Amino acid sequence: MAMARVPLSTTLAGACALAVVVTSCGGDNNSLTLYSGRGEDLVQPAIDQCADRLNVEINVRYGDSAEMLLLLQEEGDNTPAALYYSQGAGYLGILSADGGLLPLDEKLTSQVSDANLVSPANDWIGITGRARTIVYNTEALSESDLPESFVDFTDPKWSGRIGWAPTNASFQDHITALRGLLGDDATRAWLTAIVENEPVAYEKNTPILEAVASGEVDIGFVNHYYLYRFLAEDPDFPVANHFFDDGDPGALINVAGAGVITHSKNPDAAQEALECLLSADIQEYFASTNYELPVVAGAEPWSELPSINSLTLPEFDLNLLADLEGTVDMLVDVGAL
Amino acid sequence: MTPRQPSDDRALRIAALAVGVAAALPIGYLVWRTFEYGFSASVDVATSGRTLGLLWSTLKLAVAVTASSVVIAVPIAWLTVRTNLPGRQVWSIVTVLPLAIPTYVGSWAFIGALGPRGMFASLLGIESIPSIYGFWGAWASLTLFSYPYVLLTVRSAWMRLDPGLEEASRMLGRSSWHTFLKVVWPQLRPAVSSGALLVSLYSLSDFGAVAMMRYDTFTREIYLQYRGALERGASAVLGLMLVVLTVTVLTGEQRLRRREDLHRLHGSGARTPQPVELGRLRVPALAGLGLLTTLALAVPLGVISYWLVRGVRAGEPVWPAWSLISNSLSVSLLAAAVATIAAVPVAMIIRRSPGRFANVIERLSWSGYALPGIVVALALVYFGANAVPWAYQSLAMLVFAYSILFLPQAIGAVRSSLLQVTPSLEEASLLLGAQRMTTFRKVLLPLLRPGLGAGAGLVFLTTMKELPATLLLAPTGFSTLATRIWNSTSEGFLGRSAGPALALVLLSSLPMAILLTRSQRQGARRIGETGRDQPAENAKHDVPSEVRLTR
Repeated sequence: MAMARVPLSTTLAGACALAVVVTSCGGDNNSLTLYSGRGEDLVQPAIDQCADRLNVEINVRYGDSAEMLLLLQEEGDNTPAALYYSQGAGYLGILSADGGLLPLDEKLTSQVSDANLVSPANDWIGITGRARTIVYNTEALSESDLPESFVDFTDPKWSGRIGWAPTNASFQDHITALRGLLGDDATRAWLTAIVENEPVAYEKNTPILEAVASGEVDIGFVNHYYLYRFLAEDPDFPVANHFFDDGDPGALINVAGAGVITHSKNPDAAQEALECLLSADIQEYFASTNYELPVVAGAEPWSELPSINSLTLPEFDLNLLADLEGTVDMLVDVGAL
Repeated sequence: MTPRQPSDDRALRIAALAVGVAAALPIGYLVWRTFEYGFSASVDVATSGRTLGLLWSTLKLAVAVTASSVVIAVPIAWLTVRTNLPGRQVWSIVTVLPLAIPTYVGSWAFIGALGPRGMFASLLGIESIPSIYGFWGAWASLTLFSYPYVLLTVRSAWMRLDPGLEEASRMLGRSSWHTFLKVVWPQLRPAVSSGALLVSLYSLSDFGAVAMMRYDTFTREIYLQYRGALERGASAVLGLMLVVLTVTVLTGEQRLRRREDLHRLHGSGARTPQPVELGRLRVPALAGLGLLTTLALAVPLGVISYWLVRGVRAGEPVWPAWSLISNSLSVSLLAAAVATIAAVPVAMIIRRSPGRFANVIERLSWSGYALPGIVVALALVYFGANAVPWAYQSLAMLVFAYSILFLPQAIGAVRSSLLQVTPSLEEASLLLGAQRMTTFRKVLLPLLRPGLGAGAGLVFLTTMKELPATLLLAPTGFSTLATRIWNSTSEGFLGRSAGPALALVLLSSLPMAILLTRSQRQGARRIGETGRDQPAENAKHDVPSEVRLTR
């Protein structure tokens, strides 16, 4: 196999040489690895800013929030990651319950405007907020056609007209919060009634917006900020957000948050990076570019964002968010999954 | 066969064993996780009504996709190899290209174009068309983007077929249909079954199409478990069930294949037959091919272009960053090289020393092929981070993962070209005193080259599209075209993802087109040579000249 062996060894040598080049930056004190469940388009500019400001190199691995959590769980003690940045609080809660996160400095947690945006164990912190809303097709409906409360979509007149993403983390966090607000029995009854309305299931938020725009469904359960991106690409996009009144179970604010990994090799630099993400100008970047809600006191939300100016959260125990499994079981039970 | 020198045999066996063990790492991980999960819990998961329902829907999809792929591929192979179809050369490349379209892109395009009130419906001005979601949507997109696996293997087998046998059958008064059934089909069957094997196992593992089309399969359920409950034990049980399915399908194929020795294809004796006059069949043939390529190529490319235009208007670049392109190309080329080299000892063991050892190695090599990418990736994350931390998140590890994932594609291609090589050639070389190495290099390797090229081409193409393993195992900060598409679409930047998607399809198609054109040209040249330079060999296979005169 002489001839085959030559390319094999050169190939492997080439691969290893490249690998050394790529990974040689890992491990020293001047670099951090971040596992991000948030998309590159959303957070990379902010991270570049912080890397510059703190004079550290921040290497980011992008993926699905759940997959990044699985990665951390499989890696265990040997993880190269110093930070985990998740789409939703649920996964952070799970990691926290596993002992996977370090407690954060008070100077960090005290910056956040609402105690509900910090984990009860002080080991993760909200970076930005996102409102749960519904989107509706503006050609088929006007805002007055929409029900008073989110829970009223059980009305049979919405049969076949609802789009949702039962496998999506933000949606599941919302259901977990409903369990906290309404109790398990009422949530189960509500879900059962919604399932009877035969909602159309999508993989995530974006396809729901596309489906609402095309008229495949009339309304969809989503996060508030996706819409503005569609509108930026196409001002005639026939979809609008509807925000429920404060205190309605539909007016939940979900957070994208982050924490420092227990096995992190340089936890101090990791905390500094989080601190930077909470600084006013970075918060304003998130607000103006991604249309998300800032979490620190001084920063202003995007000026065109209607009706939500404050982060008023319905009262419930954030610890509950970690019980994703209970929510998934319930969704399976009622036939949503 | 001549008795082998034991040391050479041992080297081959060790190499094959190493490949088999490496490929079995994911199973090891699944067994361990299942064990950890507990016996009774595992049995509960495996026998629950939900799992059995999924088993049924998964099998239904795999069988339907495989059957329709064969039904599409065999006529196309015939049209492009044996007839005077207008534009034959072009069709033979175009019909393979849907393989370059990832199912997650293709299915998304289908929904945009053919979904309820999609572009197609609004073009026709109708309010709603039958829903493409569910079984039919998943079936259609998996079939349209994976039938070329069968087409590739069947086409190359058909090109090698000795037309003399068919001519003899026709001479003896058999109808062309009867000749096809009794003479051609038995010779094509190994190629059909190896292509069908790739399609059926691929459709078990695919996530893109079933997720977009919202059809529940094992793979979708495994993702759901990972995403939601994060229950690794239950997913491991489902993963192991997929492995069992794979081995069952493979055993079936091995049994079919056992008969192929009866039809062993010898050497390079085939010559160009007179192309069949299509006559009036030309119109339906062209219409069928047109419809197929519209659905499998034009619709996805059209929808990508639509988003590209919108993206460019919003200020996105048409062509993605060079680093994305070079990253995609370099890992895919490395994976193609490594997987093809690893496939050689496995294919040789299967071919040359069939038996229990070869069977075990073959099954191990295939075991991961039907597993969703995320399962294989997590297994390697666990193995990498804990056993070989120095290699973890290196490019080498990523290439290793790709090679495990797509090894069977290379094995299939190498095996079928080994099938063409009569052992007597090697034996002659050995008898004449050549070393085994020399024999391998001078005799076997040149004859294997088409198979190695085809195998490497397939692995390259599949690696370009691969997503879950890339996201989990690539060096941190290493982006490819596929991860770029995923990143942008998952956050709703559809215009931004169109450029990378187009680049991915074009860059995957290019090597494919080159490979196909070259193999066609080589085919033609070889046929020319056999007629002229090798009369002695021809005499054995070719039809006597008087038979040809009668045509």
